[in-house]
Amino acid sequence: MIPATFTYRRAESVDEAIELAGQYGDDAKFLAGGHSLLPLMKLRLAQPEVLVDIGRLRDLSYIRDEGDHVAIGALTRHHDLATSELLAEQLPLLRYAAGTIGDPQVRHRGTIGGSLAHSDPAADLPAAVLVLEATLVARGPSGTREIPATEFFVDRFESALEPGELLTEIRVPKPASRGWSFQKFTKRAIDWAIVGVAVQGDKVGLVNMHEKPVRATAVEEALASGASIQEAAERAADGLSPNSDVHASAEYRAQLARVLVRRGLEEAASRA
Amino acid sequence: MKVTITVNGKETSAEVEDRTLLVHYLRDVLNLTATNIGCDTTTCGACTVLLDGESVKSCTVLAAQADGREVTTVEGLAGEDGTMHPVQKAFHEQHGLQCGFCTPGMVMATVSLLKENPRPTEEQVRAGLEGNLCRCTGYHNIVKAVLAAAEETA
Amino acid sequence: MSVLGTRVVRIEDPRLLTTGATYVDDLRIPQLAGAAFVTYVRSPLAHARITGIDVSAAAEAPGVVAVFTANDLDDVPPPPADNPLAEPLLAKDVVRYVGEPVAMVITETRAQGEDAVELVAVDYEPLDAVVDVEEAAKDEVLLFPEAGTNIVAPNGPEEFDDAPFAECEVVIERTFRNQRVAPVPMEVRSAAAAWDGERVTVWSSNQNAQTTRMIIAGGLGVEPDKVRVITPDVGGGFGAKIGVDRDTVLVAWAARRLGRAVRWTETRSESLIAMQHGRAQVHKVKLGGNRDGKILAYRMDFMQDAGAYPRVGPLLANFTTLMVPAVYEIPTVQIRSKVVLTNTTPVGAYRGAGRPEATATIERLVDIFADEIGMDPAEVRRRNLIPADKFPYTTATGLVYDSGEYVKALDRVLEAAGYEELRAEQERRRAAGDTKLLGIGLSSYVEVTALDFPNGETGRVVIHRDGTATVYTGSHTQGQGHATSWAMIVQDQLGIPMDKVTVIHGDTDAIPVGTGTYASRSLQVGGIAVHECAVKIKEQARELAARELEADPADLVLDTDSGAWHVQGVPGTKLDWARLAELAGEDGLTADVHFKPSRPTFPFGAHLAVVEVDTETGLVRLVRHISLDDAGPLINPILAEGQRHGGIAQGVAQALYEEMAYDAEGNPVTASLADYSMISAAELPSFELLTMETPTDVNPLGVKGIGEAGTIGATPAVQNAVVDALSHLGVRHIEMPATPERVWKAINEARGSEKRAAQ
Repeated sequence: MIPATFTYRRAESVDEAIELAGQYGDDAKFLAGGHSLLPLMKLRLAQPEVLVDIGRLRDLSYIRDEGDHVAIGALTRHHDLATSELLAEQLPLLRYAAGTIGDPQVRHRGTIGGSLAHSDPAADLPAAVLVLEATLVARGPSGTREIPATEFFVDRFESALEPGELLTEIRVPKPASRGWSFQKFTKRAIDWAIVGVAVQGDKVGLVNMHEKPVRATAVEEALASGASIQEAAERAADGLSPNSDVHASAEYRAQLARVLVRRGLEEAASRA
Repeated sequence: MKVTITVNGKETSAEVEDRTLLVHYLRDVLNLTATNIGCDTTTCGACTVLLDGESVKSCTVLAAQADGREVTTVEGLAGEDGTMHPVQKAFHEQHGLQCGFCTPGMVMATVSLLKENPRPTEEQVRAGLEGNLCRCTGYHNIVKAVLAAAEETA
Repeated sequence: MSVLGTRVVRIEDPRLLTTGATYVDDLRIPQLAGAAFVTYVRSPLAHARITGIDVSAAAEAPGVVAVFTANDLDDVPPPPADNPLAEPLLAKDVVRYVGEPVAMVITETRAQGEDAVELVAVDYEPLDAVVDVEEAAKDEVLLFPEAGTNIVAPNGPEEFDDAPFAECEVVIERTFRNQRVAPVPMEVRSAAAAWDGERVTVWSSNQNAQTTRMIIAGGLGVEPDKVRVITPDVGGGFGAKIGVDRDTVLVAWAARRLGRAVRWTETRSESLIAMQHGRAQVHKVKLGGNRDGKILAYRMDFMQDAGAYPRVGPLLANFTTLMVPAVYEIPTVQIRSKVVLTNTTPVGAYRGAGRPEATATIERLVDIFADEIGMDPAEVRRRNLIPADKFPYTTATGLVYDSGEYVKALDRVLEAAGYEELRAEQERRRAAGDTKLLGIGLSSYVEVTALDFPNGETGRVVIHRDGTATVYTGSHTQGQGHATSWAMIVQDQLGIPMDKVTVIHGDTDAIPVGTGTYASRSLQVGGIAVHECAVKIKEQARELAARELEADPADLVLDTDSGAWHVQGVPGTKLDWARLAELAGEDGLTADVHFKPSRPTFPFGAHLAVVEVDTETGLVRLVRHISLDDAGPLINPILAEGQRHGGIAQGVAQALYEEMAYDAEGNPVTASLADYSMISAAELPSFELLTMETPTDVNPLGVKGIGEAGTIGATPAVQNAVVDALSHLGVRHIEMPATPERVWKAINEARGSEKRAAQ
């Protein structure tokens, strides 16, 4: 219930955040909304010695129309994504997916940067940014770099961020194809997705179907080679190893993926 | 570290361990014990308070993160003269509480919900309270209370 | 105009809503100033020998006042030598379930407790664990080798007589599991203790202070008068807080050992594995009947999983046994039961305590029987329900059902639900090949309340010289609203307005004798005790008023609207309660009653659940739930409805969502609220409640108990609905909880066998 002891440092700027992270090295973790990290710390599954609070960096919270893409500050909260009129118009998939995360209280704190950096295959936003082919902007001691979403999620709880690197912005190109869908299958409303599917045009992303957030490449290939939605959806679990856990068996997850991919593609088509 | 948090309109300050959760600051430092702890996985919502006017689960916010901010608990809702806030009144009139343990969090979640959506449908109320668990009421009267409060305040 | 039967909002609420209630962890009182905190070290293994405990590192940790193990408990009574299954305070030598307390760490702050607990090094030698109750009954892995068996309280015949079934046209044999669940009151277990010389005050979250006191006194080896139990507000009990566990006894012990106040509140994750669980039965059943719908014989052969220690396992099995015949007239009923120990958390009473299990199984069987003979399940019920003119009705298990209108309850529910239209909609979707199908499930039920009626309940009413009243009740609310109800009863009888009535409970100094709140007993026992006190006070007052007004007592009239007495025909001269209390003397007017009803009572009802099943994913959503729960005259309809809502929610949750699951090694796998599927408002619809008030003759107000009825009726209605949705595919049964995966598997199997049949 109570985290192990740690030292709290608050960053007043991105530069300071990076400096502090550099100072403490592996002992430190960034704290944004804290709704991925603090629950782990309360169960003592994570015990960082230092927390660098970046939650006050309000200039990293924005949603801006930059012409060919939408720029989203890494500290934009799920609540702000879920209620954004700009996103409703330009990126309804992202808006909707953010609105399904946790519950209203969680959405008032959790941030897109924190969620993506956590690289949890069971989280909703990674699948969305994968199909939106977003670019993630990171800043670290050696400067700024851009990481395509497809290279960002390395493994369960491991992103491409280097130690001391901070996500600052998520750049999402305005999608050519307007059809979208987000299918999140849960037992209870508050649960993590047993399986989830994000669709934008003919791009399909999966939640909780592999050890990291992934695209359903077999489905996309099938669609590209002219398969029907029904046929393509049958390939949903191809090449993937979903977990078996207390919530669902791998076999059932695979079945869900097939059904949800089909529904997602159908819904996206109806919106195109 | 020292934190300074405005709670229910009053500035409070204390030297606390860095790891102190906001809910423990409220309960153990300020002795504002209405806000309850019902779980350790950020699930149940019994600890819900308003942070700068928005509902948060105070068990998953560090006191340090609330430093310099404004927190409202259920103890801060009623008027100076004790007049109940419309949400409190609605919960009372609709029998929206039994043992009372989930109630402070439920009430604060409702205040935040109605602020963001003053005229919710029943479905939106139920979805809006997905982060607040109750074992006694079966939610039926809680939903009625929220809708009644919306009716009165919208 | 009597206030009884009217909708009165609760007098408890303003405090709960504005300043919040005071639960044990909220106590900020002088006696607990500077109290140290207790944190338990619990077994991570289901079955192991403890080969060593090294507390040295923990003892050195910041803020640690003491670390105790079983070896330190040298000043408490030893476990009874003649009971090999006795449960120790701290585990000594053996641990028998994950979560069993092994050591206690006492620290200056809560946080230090969580830190230090990790430093206690316990060496375990793992033993084979047995988790499945049927496996455990084989006695291959023994929890208590000295006892020689895991089976406790076997009951019933060695051999069953098969003859009654041989005569039946249809015989159905099944095995059902009524799965283990966790009670999950929103407030976890919590206690605090402070000694003052030879006497200890224990603040505890429980359902019966007086029994709690006996448990603590017994555990510590002191006389009961050396223990005072104070129960502040309780955040839900549901049976899990009847009495107290070893954890609380140890809190009182530690305070004595340390000479210092001590307090404890578990975490939710601890609570999920260390607070008692509920249900956990396996039923082997056989039903025999004829194609005309008449059930002729019913055999129930079941096991109650008690967990690692027997506790109330035998009682639960007994409650189930009593209610096996349920609402039906069945010529032959055969019952056998065993209580079996497993390496899991001990099982205790949980809303319904043995009765939901009996009803869940027979209601499932009735539906399977209905399917088998091609008859509508409502019609099968009608043909077997005990008719209204047969009450009082003596059951095959010796209970006497007081009153009931079982057929009427069912018919009213069917009508309110629009049964015909629902069946038509179900058919329409099937014919259209809709992937979202409708399921309609029924249950008829009867439940026994105040089963421990011989204990009775105490009440004491005092009218003070200022005209206010204080009620002392042995009843022990955890949210049921007794303060409002008992005040209503006083107002009804005496005309003292509710806002002048204070209800006290839960303090053994103020109320040394009492039974408590569980078994849906409070209104019909505790409330009646208050009622009887009021009646006695009325008669005392009559005598006093008569003397004062120099009239014949028979001519005295109490106007309950104004709360004043006058002589018949002389309304101008009144005596109010303040005056009468003065006349009574220094202590005012007092009456004490220990009301012991002569029998338990039998509320009953019917539920209808409508579910929507997504046949592609197996997801089930409860769309409507209609219930009729008849517990006799309603004293306060608002409170009765609240109890029904809460009961229904828990019943639905068991049918569709909740299960306390263990792996083969005895590790609980649903050990946090993130994994244990307790539901939110988003998972439920609003409920449709019907009212019917069939009184009992057992007490003057004609009331029965309502607290557990909703749970008993709801679970089978929902489970039946899920199966009903898929019955056209050949699905005959789905175990609880009907999770999406379970439902999907059932659909697949049915479709698979369909395909095979077609080939």
